[in-house]
Amino acid sequence: MSDRVRTYDTDVLIIGGGLAGCWAAISARRAGVRAIVAEKGYCGTSGVAASAGPGHWFVPPEARLREEAIARRMAGAQGLGDARWMERIIDQTYRTLPDIGTHYHYTPDDSGAIRRHALRGPEYLRALREKALAAGAILLDHSPALQLLARRDGRVSGARGVSRQGAGDEWLVRAGAVVLATGGCAFRSHLLGGSNNTGDGLLMAVEAGAALSGMEFSSFFTVAPANTPLSRAMIFSFARYYDTQGREIAKPAAPNDHSAIAVALQGGPVLCDLSATPEIVRRQLPQISPNVTLTFRRLGIDPFTQRFPISLLGEGTIRGVGGVRVTGEDAGTGVPGLYVAGDVASREPVTGPVTGGGAVNAAWALASGCIAAEAAARSALENPLAQRSILEPLGDAGLSTRRDRTNSSTTRSAFATTLSTGPTRLDVSASSEVEIVLREEMLSPTRQYFRSADTLAAASTRLSAAWGALRDATPPSAEPRERQRFRELAAMTATARWCVASAAARTGSLGMHRRTDSSTNGSDVPAYVISGGADAVWTRRQAAGTVS
Amino acid sequence: MITSLDIERCTACNQCVATCPRDVFEKTEHIPTIARPQDCQTCFLCELYCTADALFVHPEAEPAMAARLTPSDITPLLGEYRRESGWDEWSENPRYANQHWRMEDVFRLARDG
Repeated sequence: MSDRVRTYDTDVLIIGGGLAGCWAAISARRAGVRAIVAEKGYCGTSGVAASAGPGHWFVPPEARLREEAIARRMAGAQGLGDARWMERIIDQTYRTLPDIGTHYHYTPDDSGAIRRHALRGPEYLRALREKALAAGAILLDHSPALQLLARRDGRVSGARGVSRQGAGDEWLVRAGAVVLATGGCAFRSHLLGGSNNTGDGLLMAVEAGAALSGMEFSSFFTVAPANTPLSRAMIFSFARYYDTQGREIAKPAAPNDHSAIAVALQGGPVLCDLSATPEIVRRQLPQISPNVTLTFRRLGIDPFTQRFPISLLGEGTIRGVGGVRVTGEDAGTGVPGLYVAGDVASREPVTGPVTGGGAVNAAWALASGCIAAEAAARSALENPLAQRSILEPLGDAGLSTRRDRTNSSTTRSAFATTLSTGPTRLDVSASSEVEIVLREEMLSPTRQYFRSADTLAAASTRLSAAWGALRDATPPSAEPRERQRFRELAAMTATARWCVASAAARTGSLGMHRRTDSSTNGSDVPAYVISGGADAVWTRRQAAGTVS
Repeated sequence: MITSLDIERCTACNQCVATCPRDVFEKTEHIPTIARPQDCQTCFLCELYCTADALFVHPEAEPAMAARLTPSDITPLLGEYRRESGWDEWSENPRYANQHWRMEDVFRLARDG
């Protein structure tokens, strides 16, 4: 620990200042407790919602409407959904979201009505920042968390991390309870707004003793103009796609299934044709999604008259589903003092094995943020942190604080051997090699769409070697950004291992998880795949509808 | 990827340093620098917060294509995202009103025709 540490005391520490973290901060202040948000980037621009346009699952409190909405999602959830959680997030979102009207400027629709559930990302997150500040939350921008802290009895009671800007190299927050709102993990796929989403909260939660669920539901890809991050779905709803021979690619049987495009991309560029877009939509587009029109303008493409190449961007667990397993109605994790909100949590209870991208995930982020913060506030009041309480860090993968590093050079060479099946990469550093492994294993659409025991075993071997090399290696320097970058690599690698192990454990296909070596779901009883373990990754099946 | 910072327009307000979620910019004694372009996630949000319209982000995540652009390509495009989003001085202009609420109607049109 350096001498330049800024220390704070609070009741609730929220790690991550996106959609879920901001609502958590607002809720904690409403509950009457002190709240600090530690955000890796800037609260207001960071996270995947900030550059998107989140709708929210928003159903008026009429019994029939809500029952129908929940029944539809329960059917899609294929046995993994929980109607009570669906009801709770619908109700919480309907009651809470209109509060943003104090800081978000709504434009009435053509009938003069305000559609409270539809918010444009940059304006929404800017409003959430202002609302959190107005509520009295303290925001620490450019303050990535590296480690959770716990009391002697194991209760999570804070975190520490590095400061990328301003005074001091490090920060440390002592708190009564902690809410993780760090988002999902997209493995640096260039997904719009997703580069900060490196699975940090998943790793911190597992290091604290929490379990994950649904990590096999991480095989989701979104179409974007080639080499751009523009993963905005709306305009592509009018798209037709053509392979390198000029043949139209068949429309997928299920929405969001781009596996046919993934196969076609292996043969060469795939071209997108948006000429079926109605004239009125073309005119409206700049005022709906200005970042879509500006992207095409700057590429020099008229998307409505010219075909253009596309690529598939990996969403990992973002439009995937998996994350920290919520163990109770309080959005707790089973670890005292630790709560989860938003995409860092498994969204299986509200969406099952299919994506909750868009409306459901946004409602989940808002509602779980409020629920987790209220529970954390109660927990903090019931378990106040004494001034003299000593806090110990939990977990240190990639942080070069490990006592046993005698084997690191051996692990490194083992890693080089494992990778030498591909092109020789002896001239690149270990961390670049890990990035390559992550990209090849987690961001290849065909690898993720078509999983089998063999492909998963091969991925597991490479990722285990990557983890072994990384977790004991020393970051290139003690500079705060370097330490953050190394920790992020460890978190992405750990996340990839849980995804692969869970995909291996679910031997049948279900939802977005597709096994080429099995056509059934492998079990008559709907079950979750629970996972965890940082060094020794484990999985177990658990029948749905049972507790812990 | 972040491509350019117009030194004529920049007022050294350092909003880009503060608001970039990827910490790409660095404050200096004068105007900020694009210190870590490789960390840019191409989210365009710095352009929204730059009231001087000094920043330009090319939509490609890698710098290859942007490198071919000249100042005369870029200058006419400066500030367009902030304007079309209806931020700041553009907020009262109905031409740039936020019609994000139409998105669900467009999805419905695509699905049902």
